[in-house]
Amino acid sequence: MISLTVNGTTHQTEADPDTPLLYVLRNDLGLNGAKFGCGLGQCGACTVLIDDKPVFSCLLPIAALSGRKIRTIEGLGTGDKPGPLPAAFEAEQAAQCGYCIAGMIMRAQALLERNNRPTETELRAHMATNLCRCGTHMRILRAVRRAAIVMGGGVRGDPQSAL
Amino acid sequence: MVAAVVALSWRPAIEPIANGVRGFDPSLVAQGESLAFIGNCGGCHTADGGRAFAGGRALPTPFGIVVSTNITPDAETGIGQWSLDAFRRAMRDGIARDGRHLYPAFPYDHFAKASAADIDALYAFFMTRAPVQADAPANWMTPPFGFRPLIAGWNLLFLDQGPVADDPARPADWNRGRALVEGLAHCGACHTPRNALGAEQRDNAYDGAWTEGWYAPPLNAKSPAVQPWTAEALFAYLRTGVSKSHAAAAGPMARVTRALAQAREDEVRAIAVYVASLMADAPAARGAPPSATKDNAVDAAHPEAAVLFAGACAGCHEPGAPMMLAGGPPLVWGTPLQEDTPHNAIQIVLYGLLPPAGRAGPTMPGYGESLSDRQIADITAYLRARYTDKPPWPSVEQAVARIRKEKGE
Repeated sequence: MISLTVNGTTHQTEADPDTPLLYVLRNDLGLNGAKFGCGLGQCGACTVLIDDKPVFSCLLPIAALSGRKIRTIEGLGTGDKPGPLPAAFEAEQAAQCGYCIAGMIMRAQALLERNNRPTETELRAHMATNLCRCGTHMRILRAVRRAAIVMGGGVRGDPQSAL
Repeated sequence: MVAAVVALSWRPAIEPIANGVRGFDPSLVAQGESLAFIGNCGGCHTADGGRAFAGGRALPTPFGIVVSTNITPDAETGIGQWSLDAFRRAMRDGIARDGRHLYPAFPYDHFAKASAADIDALYAFFMTRAPVQADAPANWMTPPFGFRPLIAGWNLLFLDQGPVADDPARPADWNRGRALVEGLAHCGACHTPRNALGAEQRDNAYDGAWTEGWYAPPLNAKSPAVQPWTAEALFAYLRTGVSKSHAAAAGPMARVTRALAQAREDEVRAIAVYVASLMADAPAARGAPPSATKDNAVDAAHPEAAVLFAGACAGCHEPGAPMMLAGGPPLVWGTPLQEDTPHNAIQIVLYGLLPPAGRAGPTMPGYGESLSDRQIADITAYLRARYTDKPPWPSVEQAVARIRKEKGE
C-alpha cells in the first residue's frame, strides 16, 4: 500500500509500486486531466507537478513519491472557478483538440509560480518540452502571457519574440 | 624582467586590409564550410541564441573565463580586416592580427598542425560569411593570466609547429583522418588530459580527460567500450550522434556530432578510420565482445532501484521496448556504465539527452526534477551492477549532489 498526496488530499493505493503515477491518477483516482501521449517522456501530455516541479507522470513510478506533493490540473480550480492559467487558456481559446493542454498548463504553472516575470526567451525555453500537434503554440504562449499578468507579473518583451 | 618578457613575446601587427575580400573559388568556400563543421568552430564562437560565429560565449578555464571572439568578417568587431597571412598566423601561432597573443583556449596548438590548404579554405569560408557587428565581452582572467605576454612562454614550451607529415605506410584515408584529428578537429583538446599549465600531456594522448563536467573517455587502448569501435561504428556515431553498439553522444560530444553531421562525409569517414586505429588495441577490439543479452540478476540486491527502473526506464531500455526494437543501443553496451567514475551516467540520468529545438537526435527525458539524489544514485548503482562486471562505484549519491551543485541547481 502506497500513500500519495494529490492536490492536498492523501490517497492509499494498492497499485504495484512500479506503476507510473499517470495510471494511478487516471485509473484509480479518477483524475483524468493528465493524458497519456507517448509514454516515453517526449510529449508532455502527462505533465504534473511534483514538489512544484513539472515532471512526466508517465515515467514516474509511485514508489518514488511517498511524502511528496503531487499537483494536477484538477488542483488549479474548477470549471466554474478556474485558476489564472486555465482561465487564460480559455480566454485565448488556446486549445484545438485539447489533448496537450492539461500538460501545457501544469508546465506553465510551474514557471509562473517560480518567476512571474520571465522573458519571452525563458518562457519559450521552459515550454519547449511540451508538444502540441494541432499547432496552437502561439495561442498557448499568449495564454501564458495573459496569466502572467493576472498572477501579478508579465512576460518581458524580447527581440527574439517578434515573429 | 617584465621588459624582457615583453620583448621576447612581441609580435608585430599585420597591416589591415580593406574590408570585403572577394573572388574566392566557391569550391574552396564549400571545403572551408565543411572544415568549420569538423573544427566545430561554432561550438565556441557562437553564443547561445546568438548569431553564427559572432562570438561572446564564455569558456571557463582554470585560468579564468575566456570569451570567444567574433570571427565574422565585420571590419570593426570581427576579422574583416584580417589578411590571409594574419589568419594563418592566428591559426598556427595564436597571434591576433594586431599582434596580441590569443589564449590557448583557442586550440591553435592543434590548428598549427593543419595543412596550409585547409587553413586557406577556412579563411575563404569565414571571409564570405555575413559580417555581424558584435563586440565580445572582456575576458575575466585570474591574475597573473590577464598578462598576455606570458603566453609566449607557454608557446615556447608547448607549441609544435607545422602540419603532420603523411605516413607512407598508411592508406590515404588514415593519413587524412590523422591530419584532421590532430589538427582542425582538435579531438585531444577534450580527450587528452592537461598538465598544470593547461597544455595537453603528450605522453598521455587520448587517455581520457574531464571537460565541462563530463568525462571524455579514452580514445586509445584504454577505451572502456564493450563493443569494438570499428571505423564503421565510429562513422555512424560521429555522423548521427548514436552508435547502435555503444551509446548516444551526450554532453559536449553531442554538439560535436551535430556539427560533424554537416561536414563532408568522406572527411568524417577518414576521422573514423584514424580514431578506430587509435583504439585497435583496446580490450573490446582484442577479445570477443560479450553478448548483448548479458544481464546480471541483481534485482534482489537492489529492490528499490529495480522498482524505479521498471517504472521509469524499462519502457525504453528493456528488451522488446519500442526503442530497443528500433535499434537503440542496449545498456549492456553503454560505455558510461563501464567507466571508472559514475559521472557521465549520472549526468545522463539527471538531465537526459535533448537535441536543440528543430534538430533530430537521440532523446531521453531527464529525471533530475522527479527523483531525489538518493533515487538517482540507486538507479545508477543498479545499472552498474546489472549491466557490467565491474565493481560498484563509490560515493554515487555524493557525486549526484555535486553534479547538481555544479549545474547551479
